[in-house]
Amino acid sequence: MKLTPEEQAMLAGEQGPVRQWAIRHQMAVGAFFDAEDFVAVSQAHIMADTESLGDSGVSWLEELVAQPGARLAVPTITDPRGLDLATYRRLKQTEAMASLEARASKAFEALGVLMTNTCINYQTVLPAVCGEHLAMGDTGVTIYVNSVMGAHSNFEGGPSALAAGLTGRTPRYGYHLPQHRRGTRHFELTRRPRDLADWGALGGIVGRIANSYWEVPVISGLETSPTSDELKHLGTAMASFGSVALFHIPGITPEAATVSDAFQGAAAPKPVTVGADEFARFYEGYAQAGEKVDVVVFGAPQLSIVEMQQLANLLDGRTVHEGTTLLVTTSPEVKHSADRMGLTGRIEAAGGIVASGICFYQSYAREMGEANGWHRLLTNSAKLVNIIGGYGYQPSLGTTEQCVESAIAGRMR
Amino acid sequence: MPIALACHRGIGPDVEGPALVAEDNFSARYDLDRLAGTFSRPAHKLHGQSYVGRILVLETAKGGVASAWMLREMAERKLAPLAIIFDRTNTILEQGAAFADMAMVDRFEKGRPTRLIRTGDRLRIEPAAGRVTILNRDS
Repeated sequence: MKLTPEEQAMLAGEQGPVRQWAIRHQMAVGAFFDAEDFVAVSQAHIMADTESLGDSGVSWLEELVAQPGARLAVPTITDPRGLDLATYRRLKQTEAMASLEARASKAFEALGVLMTNTCINYQTVLPAVCGEHLAMGDTGVTIYVNSVMGAHSNFEGGPSALAAGLTGRTPRYGYHLPQHRRGTRHFELTRRPRDLADWGALGGIVGRIANSYWEVPVISGLETSPTSDELKHLGTAMASFGSVALFHIPGITPEAATVSDAFQGAAAPKPVTVGADEFARFYEGYAQAGEKVDVVVFGAPQLSIVEMQQLANLLDGRTVHEGTTLLVTTSPEVKHSADRMGLTGRIEAAGGIVASGICFYQSYAREMGEANGWHRLLTNSAKLVNIIGGYGYQPSLGTTEQCVESAIAGRMR
Repeated sequence: MPIALACHRGIGPDVEGPALVAEDNFSARYDLDRLAGTFSRPAHKLHGQSYVGRILVLETAKGGVASAWMLREMAERKLAPLAIIFDRTNTILEQGAAFADMAMVDRFEKGRPTRLIRTGDRLRIEPAAGRVTILNRDS
């Protein structure tokens, strides 16, 4: 890789051992993907919940930040944490988990990391700008800022996002390069999604077919713009089912005014039709009508303030069944607003639990399930039904309203 | 003469070990019981099988981003795969391999490695040379 004088100084250790580790790590990653040089990033976002870090990862982090010269080069923020100190006992998470979380947070704070603890930073912290280069450490965040905002980021795993925060750059490969942003697969939508779960289902259908980080789906057939929350569920599911990091919607997303633009002038491939039958088949894969429901989860991604209000409206005057837990996860910023606006109180008055700064599957989901006796899980998040089976759950996908009605009845509706 | 397969230059040390192959994908977070060292997602084609000390041969890497931390943590607990071979990896797993100093290669000249390699094959991976050798079969 071609290095600037500043990068050479980092590599030589002239800016301390921490930046030296960071740029060495980035050069190894860059070499694998044939990066020719680095590109400056304006922000980094680190996924580093303690379930994935483990004790050894937290110890590694503590040792790193204790070294001389450990400081960030660009603003660096965090993805959801392993637990919320305000709710962890109600969710039967342990003191050991809380202690590990506190250690990790202390280490990040010593480095100057902003503990935003969110996977919806594009809605709540600092929205990306078209053409901006970033190092985003959450697949749902990356696909959103790439596709909806026209920014440039790869999926940056925790160590790589931390390295980007420390050096202020990332190897120039993948979605930092225009040639990788060209559409590669074409889908024609014949039934517009109605609920957030439908938007996630669409992401799941497209993601399963695309099935590669290096595929760029183009979705035609949408005449009016979806909302930010709808695109959020579309993108997070597509990233989860297919490892996809960028999609285009002609006439709606910024790099695709037309279908031709989406394919950078090349001929569009014959589209795959996605209609009512495809949606029905997708839902059938997660159907469990009539069965008892142990836990209903709203999260993955965290809820916006608008979703919080929708949920509060659906729960007003109702009571969650005593055999069912209704859990809502949102960002600290949204939680503060929801508290102030009375939304948290309305959800909790119905028996729900509102947790801040977590996103369920990043929060020791296996241990929570075992401690609480949760097995059958219902959610409006297609991403969550895709991933939570490996943690011992039997997941079902339902619309927002079905989820609420099932939580009230204690059975799948 | 053992079968030598050319691939893109990879990452990590040279290693030798038994292959565990599936035409399926991989996520350390979503597919594994990392305490037991087995594939735990019921829909995964390797469900119930141990990955410890094996060279996994799979199609592609999936999210989430946590996998980048997890490979190192798994290696420290001696409950990790020996190496991973993909048809095409995503960025997360490659970054995780770099962090964990685990061998990883992808992009094979002769096609998908899940079609070229069989479970039980003894493999030698030389990432810097971009080469995987099937030691127990002749070309």
